[in-house]
Amino acid sequence: MTIGLEHYLVLSAILFSIGLYGALAKHNAIVILMSIEIMLSAVNIALIAFSRFIVPAELTGQIFALFAMTVAAAETAVGLAIIISIYRNKETIDANKIDLMKW
Amino acid sequence: MGQVIAFWVFAVAIIGAALGVVLLKNVFRAAVLLVACFFGVAGIFILLSADFLAAMQILIYIGAISILVILAIMLTREVAFGSPSNKFQIPAFIIAALFCTGVIWAILNTQWQISSVAPGATTTSGLGVKLFSKDGFILPVEILPTVLLATILGAIVLVKDRKK
Repeated sequence: MTIGLEHYLVLSAILFSIGLYGALAKHNAIVILMSIEIMLSAVNIALIAFSRFIVPAELTGQIFALFAMTVAAAETAVGLAIIISIYRNKETIDANKIDLMKW
Repeated sequence: MGQVIAFWVFAVAIIGAALGVVLLKNVFRAAVLLVACFFGVAGIFILLSADFLAAMQILIYIGAISILVILAIMLTREVAFGSPSNKFQIPAFIIAALFCTGVIWAILNTQWQISSVAPGATTTSGLGVKLFSKDGFILPVEILPTVLLATILGAIVLVKDRKK
């Protein structure tokens, strides 16, 4: 038995679904951000698996994954800054209690 | 054979760690399991012969992002409240399960055009040529520093104490 493209893609799909569940069903804003990181890692696995099995000589999937990683780092930095700023103002990071923009 | 065993070890470790991140009540343990999950993803990258990406995964995700997440957990003192699920727990589970089944069904029912070309021994030089050559990806490489600069400025402005 050899490990093919489908194995990596199914692993990526399961990981993405776990992240999706976490992002939808959690109170704590930091845990939601961690779930989003898991989803981004799942997408990177899929991109690199496509790059390895479909165009091994091109490396374009890997370059896309590199950009995705950079943007994910930027997203985490800004997201955590927003969470800390909200915590300073409202003393909570419970996503259900952050309803400043709800009417 | 060794690759098959390594794949299953990494896959089980990643999924177990990810489940721990979403299901554990303790936020701090969830953050530590997130690091384990990132390590497993780096191992999967090595199995996919993406050595440079695996090194970047360890440097950026484990070196930088996890430290940032743990710092944020410490700064917000929400550890005492844990990480409970909200009232959408069951709908969220149903949505995630439906999404997972749909995507896996699509993956298994597609005829992928697998290339038989063997991947190169190392990817670093190839990636460098692709990124910085004239007909490569030089424009995104020029744009990304602007994104990073905006991120740094935005993060500083957001966390600055305005009361003084």
